[in-house]
Amino acid sequence: MNVLVCLKRVPLAGSTFLLTPDSTEIDTKHLGFGISPHEENAVEAGVQLIEQMGGALTLLTLGPTEAEEQLRSQLAIGASRAILVETEGEDWDPQATAAALVEAIKAEETQFDLLLFGAESADSAGYQIHIRIAHALGLPIVTNVKSMKIANGIAECERVAGTSREIYQTPLPAVITVRDGLNIPRYPSVPGRIQARKKPIDHKKPTPRVPKLEKVSLSIAPSNTAGAQILGKGAEAVPALVEVLKAIGILA
Amino acid sequence: MSTVPSKAKAVVIGAGIVGNSIAYHLARLGWRDLVQIDKGPLPNPGGSTGHASNFIFPVDHSKEMTAITADSVRQYKELGTFTECGGIEVARTPERMQELTRRISSGKSWGVTNSRLVTPAEIKELVPYIDETVIVGGFYTPGVGVVDSLRAGTLMREKAVEMGALLTFANIEVLGMDVENGRIKRVRTDHGDIEAEYVVIATGCWSPRLAKMAGASIPLTPAVHQMKDIGPVPFFANSRGDIEWPIIRDMDTNMYERQHGTGLEVGSYAHRPILYTPEDIPSNATAALSPTEFPFTQADFDIQDEHSLELMPEIIGDENVREKYAINGILSLTPDGMPILGETSEVKGLWAASAVWVKEGPGTGKSVAEWMVLGESEIDLHSSDIARFHEHQKTSFHIKARTAEGFNKTYGIVHPSEQYESNRNVRLSPFYDREKSLDAVFFETAGWERPFWYESNASLLVKFGEAVMPRTSEWESRWWSPIINAEHLQMRETAGIVDLSAFALFDITGPSALAVVQKVAVRQMDVAVGRVVYTPVLSLNGGFRSDLTIMRLGKDYFRVVTGGAHGMADKKWFADQLPIDGSAQIVDLTSAFTTIGVWGPNARNILASITDDDVSHEAFKFSTCKVIEIGTLRVLASRISYVGDLGWEFYIPIEQGAKLWDALWEAGKKHELIPVGIGVYGTTGRLEKSYRAYGAELETEYNVVEAGMQTPKLKEQDFIGKEAHVRHRAQKPVTTLCSLTVDDHTSSSGEKRYMLGREPILTLEGAPVIDSHGRGSYVTSAGSAPSLGKHLLMSYIPTDFAVVGAKFLVEYLGEQYPVTVAGVGSTPLFDPENGRILS
Amino acid sequence: MILVLIDHDLGEIDPLSLRALTAARKLSEEVEAVVIGEAGRSVADIVGNYGAKVLHVATHAELTDYTPAASGRALVQLIEKLAPQALLAVGSPRGNEQLAHVATMMDLPMASECSEITFGKPHSVVRARWAANLFEDALVHSDLLIATVLAFSVEPELAPGETKAKVEVFMVELSSADLRVKVLSRGGDTGRGGVTLADAKVIVSGGRGVGGPEGFAALEELADLLEGTVGCSRVVTSAGWRPHAEQVGQTGTKVAPDLYIAAGISGAMQHIAGCKNSKNIVVINTDPEAPIMAYADYAIIGDLHQVIPALTAAIKEMKGK
Repeated sequence: MNVLVCLKRVPLAGSTFLLTPDSTEIDTKHLGFGISPHEENAVEAGVQLIEQMGGALTLLTLGPTEAEEQLRSQLAIGASRAILVETEGEDWDPQATAAALVEAIKAEETQFDLLLFGAESADSAGYQIHIRIAHALGLPIVTNVKSMKIANGIAECERVAGTSREIYQTPLPAVITVRDGLNIPRYPSVPGRIQARKKPIDHKKPTPRVPKLEKVSLSIAPSNTAGAQILGKGAEAVPALVEVLKAIGILA
Repeated sequence: MSTVPSKAKAVVIGAGIVGNSIAYHLARLGWRDLVQIDKGPLPNPGGSTGHASNFIFPVDHSKEMTAITADSVRQYKELGTFTECGGIEVARTPERMQELTRRISSGKSWGVTNSRLVTPAEIKELVPYIDETVIVGGFYTPGVGVVDSLRAGTLMREKAVEMGALLTFANIEVLGMDVENGRIKRVRTDHGDIEAEYVVIATGCWSPRLAKMAGASIPLTPAVHQMKDIGPVPFFANSRGDIEWPIIRDMDTNMYERQHGTGLEVGSYAHRPILYTPEDIPSNATAALSPTEFPFTQADFDIQDEHSLELMPEIIGDENVREKYAINGILSLTPDGMPILGETSEVKGLWAASAVWVKEGPGTGKSVAEWMVLGESEIDLHSSDIARFHEHQKTSFHIKARTAEGFNKTYGIVHPSEQYESNRNVRLSPFYDREKSLDAVFFETAGWERPFWYESNASLLVKFGEAVMPRTSEWESRWWSPIINAEHLQMRETAGIVDLSAFALFDITGPSALAVVQKVAVRQMDVAVGRVVYTPVLSLNGGFRSDLTIMRLGKDYFRVVTGGAHGMADKKWFADQLPIDGSAQIVDLTSAFTTIGVWGPNARNILASITDDDVSHEAFKFSTCKVIEIGTLRVLASRISYVGDLGWEFYIPIEQGAKLWDALWEAGKKHELIPVGIGVYGTTGRLEKSYRAYGAELETEYNVVEAGMQTPKLKEQDFIGKEAHVRHRAQKPVTTLCSLTVDDHTSSSGEKRYMLGREPILTLEGAPVIDSHGRGSYVTSAGSAPSLGKHLLMSYIPTDFAVVGAKFLVEYLGEQYPVTVAGVGSTPLFDPENGRILS
Repeated sequence: MILVLIDHDLGEIDPLSLRALTAARKLSEEVEAVVIGEAGRSVADIVGNYGAKVLHVATHAELTDYTPAASGRALVQLIEKLAPQALLAVGSPRGNEQLAHVATMMDLPMASECSEITFGKPHSVVRARWAANLFEDALVHSDLLIATVLAFSVEPELAPGETKAKVEVFMVELSSADLRVKVLSRGGDTGRGGVTLADAKVIVSGGRGVGGPEGFAALEELADLLEGTVGCSRVVTSAGWRPHAEQVGQTGTKVAPDLYIAAGISGAMQHIAGCKNSKNIVVINTDPEAPIMAYADYAIIGDLHQVIPALTAAIKEMKGK
């Protein structure tokens, strides 16, 4: 079984952001980088699949040279190889990103049986790269999957909808996006780290495209500027809270 | 949200282990109205204490460090926050094994006596998960342990609160500090201003930022120490508590491994130096983990992974043992590796307690509090004194250069004379080019490049042959040359010229100048104009604060001459004694004057040949100074000696220094004048004459009588430390500084070995020699005495045993050598009548 | 005309869709709605009340349940027929997904989770990133604007006067490729007592400060009393104290109840992203400087292990239980 997982290098933020002086980027000088949380589940799912069924797990990302750090970490968890489609570090819009990734996938000799994505990227959350890639490759796609079984070339996927669960079935090859909760992602071991250093990473240059969704600037969401009304300390403050709950209509 | 009080006796900024400990000890020593603030939340405000690995190895080559660490362990134990687990420094190479024998000796010198060398097999017994085949041995200290520094800090804070002495405020940011008339006035915070007599900066890697608010300088840099916690380790599955197995320091790879519950923490000082500025440290809100836990950079740890795998394959190689947590932890590094403690030179009442590690926290807190409340600490802190820094040493360029160079030596084998390679050639004497053309080998002191010896004198080796006491072992030959001894012997025959530009000079002037120098000096300073007085300078307890020379140049005019290394601290000590009415001033002339020394039997002939002034013994007496003319130069000449021969020190404005050098050099040609390095001036010349050196023999731990430096007559006027000094004079000293000779230098391998200093002195049975105050005997200075044909050691010996001919052992690199007391007190072994100096 | 996709689950409207409808009405007088599948016809009255002049019912024998690729195909065909100025949907997982199919099929950009839209050439939008912790000013270079509306940036509003949507059935042509993925069956209940996090009016949420799985009993009791449900932070699910379905946050469920009680939650960005749209946030925390305080409307500084039982007792007494 050949599995491909697409990743994105994203900053690991604290509880607030700083922006660069021109407000076009997040100031990452204090921040480390990782991959989007749902993608950790995708890698874990991929590793489990090749552990059970054999085959290879390939990682693919579009990002700056430094994204090699994230690829190495995921290689240390058990992926086989990686492809880094290198940018100069700037944001690529969803159409351009999808096109660059499709270009890289099509250039592969390997036919992937399963292409896994995280349900959304932590930073830009455009909700579309996976769909654009599925269409470009002519593959079926299931999104937001929280549980997945693969057997006999069929993927049975479960996603949560309202109060119930929806079960989908799709033949492979297919694109599947997964959510946090699918599994518990493992962390690298030291032997994994050492092996990862020897695993191949192919570097590719993408064809640049004019962005159709063009970022102009960023701003930080306002927090509650009024500030919290402190009702008091400990259990003594409960009567005040009861009054508040009455005032906002929770308690009659 | 609470607002802060508007007034306080002292404000302690920082609630890490250092701030908590200082607050507690200030309260314990009786201070009240203490306010402690921190920008972060409690109990873990987000500084380095919060992520420290928290283990303590008691032995360090530094006496000061070992003492502070020992006191910290005592306090952690009293607080119930110490878990003893033992620790082993393992060696992968023979060079490291030799270094471990040195560490055993340092332990003995500083009173840590239960350490021992262990074989790989013994290590395997103690730490079953180690691969003993990759190591050649180790250094086991059962007393190594782990502390809970956050808990200890909380307990100390609570005690101070219980005493009614302390209010602590978390989440308060300092916005500024006000200084009035050179004294700290108030701390401005985002929750109000606090007026305070004292302010202590105990904010670790943020310290430089806070000091800057008051116009002061704390020269340190935040730097990364990487660590990785892996687990769960099956071997530790049944462990109870935090740690049960000894901590391993893998010295040759600059790494450590310690059990942490069911995990193993792997730390490293092997990665490239990763330095930041205090401005780079994020706030609690914008930090990914905590402000001082930076994102782990795996690429810097790649080699360390392999090294730890080699040593502990069973744990590290287990695929199911996974990284739980990994950080680039921020700690504080200083350019010379020592902490930064004490009142800042720039602002009175503003104190620093920075660059302190968890292992030193409580001891530092106690010592700094004593220093603040009592005027001095029980433990001598001169190596950590913030006043030690020279201006160029406060620049970020210097800090970055030296910390980058020093970082990878954290577990290194550092030779006692080892020189820094970075940021050299900062302060050059006017004769630097001349020295260079004489192939001088330069050592650095306080930024000054000083010739230690001159390769151009190599031809003298033939002349003196075996008398230069050549060394065969690489360790003792490192940072040394037999040319030093050849220069010494030649100077004693003819004359030598010595570059003394590194001297720190400052003038004390004004109507109260005499009162100021009287207050500082033990010796009588109300002497005739033109007298030169060498005097101890004491701390309140009568221990040594310094030793230096003071010239009386006029009625209200004194010039202080002291060593470059300690010069800035001496300057602060004098400046602190100036009356507030401005009736005396201090002016630093270090960079205005240069100093040249000429000594040797031919010194007078050389001088006489270039001056019309009378320089005869009768006209220019020893211990006097006067201005003489040498050609067009007016030179202040001072007839004293630190090498035991006739001669002078010449002080001349720095721009005329080269001309004076040339005049002396030309005149010296007829008199076989040779250039002589600091190797002679600082070691061989002084040792033969039993001259003491500050920081070696002279420390606050020892008094004037013990050092054999008391005058027959006690000065009538008051001076700092007099009360204690009077008491010391009335008692028989419990220990006495002696000169010892090594009876046999031959090691078990047949090679002659030469001690370098700081080695323990043992009884013939091999037991430590300890005086009735609990102070162990150790070698304070060691070096060649070429004119005696001996290798000399100085050491304090309990007075009852301090008799000429008494036999002891000295332990050096794991072997013991017989030594004999050759001189007691300050009577020199060479030319005891001082006939040469007084000729 | 702006065409708004109204999402429904087997005929039951997703109320969040009405927010997209409201947002569309603020941009244009001419707003029409579309539902996928015959079952969606049932929403006609309600979308009429919220100002849609027409409800297009995309109809095909296979469009019986949620089938996103087929939805995309249907919408593309409808767009070709109606030539609207914009296609909007609410920024829910389904809304984002269906519009992404449309954008892909038409090779057009799509702007997701927009809080502001200004038509132009190009269009400008403000869109949420980092789970609405950051906003991006962006330009969309296309004639037809395809965008989803950040759900909590607009409150649903009834259209003024009496409005009614005309129902127009639109027959869709689908290929087998459009129908490769569809709901095969439906599984069991996911929430406690049928109240899901997404729908709950009251959520009592616990974090690291709860201390362990047994600590959640007190939170459950309070939640039951307030007819709400229990939520938790990511730390809690990572530690295995509570099931993942209860996780509130960027990678869990994003919620907007009337009352959100955050007990022992410090407020990592990822958690705040999931709860900050709650109408009232009450924080119970020992640390007055916890990041979540910046988002709180009311706070009690104290230990949740004392405050929660006291609150439960007070409410019980009030209700006479």
